[in-house]
Amino acid sequence: MRRYLADSAALARKDLLLELRARDTLPAMLLFVISVLVVFHFALPRSASERASLGLLWVAILFTALLGLGRSFVAEREQGVLDALVLAPSDRSAIWVGKVVSTLAFLVVAELVALPAFALFFTSIDGATVAGVALADVGICAVGTILAAMAAAGRARELLLPLLFLPLAIPIVVGGVGASLAASSGKYLGFLALYDAIFALVAWAAFEYVVTE
Amino acid sequence: MIRASRAARRFGDKRALEPVDFELERGGFLVVTGPNGSGKTTLLRLCAGLLVPTSGELEVDAFRGQVGYLAHEPLVYRELTALENLDLYGRLYRVPERRERIGMLLERFGLWEARHERAGSYSRGMLQRLALCRTLLHEPELLILDEPANALDAEGEALLERELDELRRERTLLVASHAPERLDGFATGRLALA
Repeated sequence: MRRYLADSAALARKDLLLELRARDTLPAMLLFVISVLVVFHFALPRSASERASLGLLWVAILFTALLGLGRSFVAEREQGVLDALVLAPSDRSAIWVGKVVSTLAFLVVAELVALPAFALFFTSIDGATVAGVALADVGICAVGTILAAMAAAGRARELLLPLLFLPLAIPIVVGGVGASLAASSGKYLGFLALYDAIFALVAWAAFEYVVTE
Repeated sequence: MIRASRAARRFGDKRALEPVDFELERGGFLVVTGPNGSGKTTLLRLCAGLLVPTSGELEVDAFRGQVGYLAHEPLVYRELTALENLDLYGRLYRVPERRERIGMLLERFGLWEARHERAGSYSRGMLQRLALCRTLLHEPELLILDEPANALDAEGEALLERELDELRRERTLLVASHAPERLDGFATGRLALA
């Protein structure tokens, strides 16, 4: 177990280091989420409901995550490095864990900017919304990472990832918006936690079959 | 160590490797030759475990961590330095005394001075040397090398020949080459793909 965690940590650290050097994912995510919120601010009428504005927050989060996920396997694909990672004696799911951790880190940083910006442009954010976003992030990254690995192997990867990811993200939006608006947010947060647990387990177990024949 | 019986590989309608039979004993050195498109790289990827044959049988008597695979691409991250790349692989391949081993390989392949430079700034020949360091890092029992002399200068080729001469004494080697005559002194067999 210690070795598994050490492998996952080494792979996540490598992704964070790559981003620190190349800076081609996080700045794009930050720019995108702020641009989307600004556009929504002007597009949404002043009389729009809180439900509508929160819905837009989730749209912004999902598409920002999609941007990060779309780039998560770029280095491996362009430089063919996945072959060397797959041949290593470590458990192949450690590659998935490393990618989930690094993508999660990028998404959290983007949200640290996006949530205050949303509060500034639209409406205040309560603890239930923050908890919903945190739980949703785990699900988004768990599901998105395995789909990004699948899409990276295909030709129309830019098209394939959203097509695979967005239908699977609908429960996340339902749970997230519900947690923000419902009087008792607990059941929606529980729903998001259940989604995370089930999909993370499936993605973790299936990853080996995605990166090998 | 490797036994292929009518092993072949297709990608959709395209036949990438015609059925091939061969046997490579432990400690053997087999050179794979053939024109472009004959399936040399496909055969090597099959033996490395990156592909499975679509027909026939292929048995490789080596665990994942015992295989060292040198591909056409160096399989290193361009934004990381040579040291960082090898450290990552050293961790994943559980190399004992990792730092000492990395230092020794970088020194031997003439990359010690450039160890803190990003791999992306390396010339093609330096990348090939780094790829050789990566391949040899975990002291694999089975070495699968795809055009190992690719992009190497005369000094690099001489270094590679010295390495191969040393490796053939204790390892099993499967090497694809366009210039097999250079390896005739080491090889125990040759497999020509049509």
